[in-house]
Amino acid sequence: MNATPPTPASAPPKLTVENVSKRFQTERSQVHALDRVSLDVREGEFVCLVGPSGCGKSTLLNIIAGLDQPDIGRVTADGKPISGPGSDRMVMFQESALYPWLDVLGNVMFSLKLKPALTNAERREVARFHLKLVGLEKFEAMHVHELSGGMKQRVALARALAPNPRVLLMDEPFAALDALTREQLYGDIQRIRAERRKTIIFVTHNVREAVCLGDRVVLFSANPGRIREQFEIGLPRPRDINSVALAEHSTKITRALKSHLSSELAEVAE
Amino acid sequence: MKRSLTTLLTFLVLLVIWQELVHYGIWSHVLVPAPLDVAKYFWDVLRDGSLLSATGVTLKRLLLGYFAGLVLALPLGLLTARFKFVHDTLGVLALGLQTLPSVCWAPLALLWFGQTESAMFFIVVMGSLWSVLLATDAGVRNVPLLYVRAAQTMGSRGFHTWFKVILPASLPFVVSGMKQGWAFAWRSLMAAEIYITILTGFGLGNLLHYGRELNAMDAVVGIMIVIVGIGLLTDKILFSPFERMLHRRWGTAK
Repeated sequence: MNATPPTPASAPPKLTVENVSKRFQTERSQVHALDRVSLDVREGEFVCLVGPSGCGKSTLLNIIAGLDQPDIGRVTADGKPISGPGSDRMVMFQESALYPWLDVLGNVMFSLKLKPALTNAERREVARFHLKLVGLEKFEAMHVHELSGGMKQRVALARALAPNPRVLLMDEPFAALDALTREQLYGDIQRIRAERRKTIIFVTHNVREAVCLGDRVVLFSANPGRIREQFEIGLPRPRDINSVALAEHSTKITRALKSHLSSELAEVAE
Repeated sequence: MKRSLTTLLTFLVLLVIWQELVHYGIWSHVLVPAPLDVAKYFWDVLRDGSLLSATGVTLKRLLLGYFAGLVLALPLGLLTARFKFVHDTLGVLALGLQTLPSVCWAPLALLWFGQTESAMFFIVVMGSLWSVLLATDAGVRNVPLLYVRAAQTMGSRGFHTWFKVILPASLPFVVSGMKQGWAFAWRSLMAAEIYITILTGFGLGNLLHYGRELNAMDAVVGIMIVIVGIGLLTDKILFSPFERMLHRRWGTAK
């Protein structure tokens, strides 16, 4: 399982999560979403965060995005602490979060409009390039509601890629899609990642999906949210989600996940 | 085409029936003027220009007051949505005053501004202001948080987020509020014009009032038709294109 990582281990961590804890106060109870979580992500690495719902994996993603602040601990990108959201770390959400008042091209251009150095022609060119990358160059004039769920997520991906971020944060972006569309997107995301050299952190509760996409799979447990185990996935790329080798890996990880779940229950019972 | 022809024919037949009912005295012409009497009234007032000038006076009052109301209401609605304090104070006031038919302001408006255009202006503003304010507030509150968070990750901050994300996202609410504000402003202006005489200009409401005084029901019905016509036209010109655009973008209608 611990095969050679696809990027040299000597590469300095791109993102460093140090000892991060986060609690949420709801009306009835307190949720300990993250408990002293530390994680290093190398430049160009594809890391999948896997765990049961409520294990804080999305919270961690939001903290790295700068949308939430940790209670304690800190997150640095290139050694600099993250103080807020920024277009060097783009986020793809489970819902596309595309804007209905803009057409497809307008949505992809949204972040580019915030770059004063570009002319409008350049912005359009960059947006079209990324629409082509996700295979939607013919749909630039469509309205958001005219797109299928898979197309929406492709536009959201193009929108996230357009400002050329170094880090892509993906929060269960394919969870709401049907299996066939999802499989196409697995192929697309691997191809785009190879072409565009991004560091990607991908949150999912689907182990198979994580094994298919990730260089490394990080297993979380819930209440409190902690990292339990990490797996390097050395399978050659591009990977096919239906391959036997991949199934073997995911079975192993699923078993580990289940054993952590039952030990968690035991802890709660104590 | 065929459908509009059906509509036209139906109303034509109804008009003929109405004309004959009055003509043969089945309906008293004292109570209901005949269509031809109304047509004659239109011919007279169009020739002496009194209808056009009254329509002009009324529309000027309406548009001035309405757009002033909008200009006030939009930023105030954004403020009530943004700041808890403003919501708990101005928001509550708006909710209360929205229930008040704005013609109820007439006595105070006359006292404060005298028998002037300002009094009319004030009443129309009060008619449109509150509902547009409340709709803007509701619209902003209903903007999905995800839109804002997505904008932030793309580098949008502060005013940019407000003008490029929150405001357009709340448009469906704002436009329906604008429509409601328009209806309120229009109704209160009519009530005010019937109720108050402003010496600097006679609007449609004033004409309607004199029609009553002179027991000239042909004039009353004629002016009612003009009022309906203006309502329909503004809907077609002012709001329909807007609503069509929203439906197309949001995909909310067939």
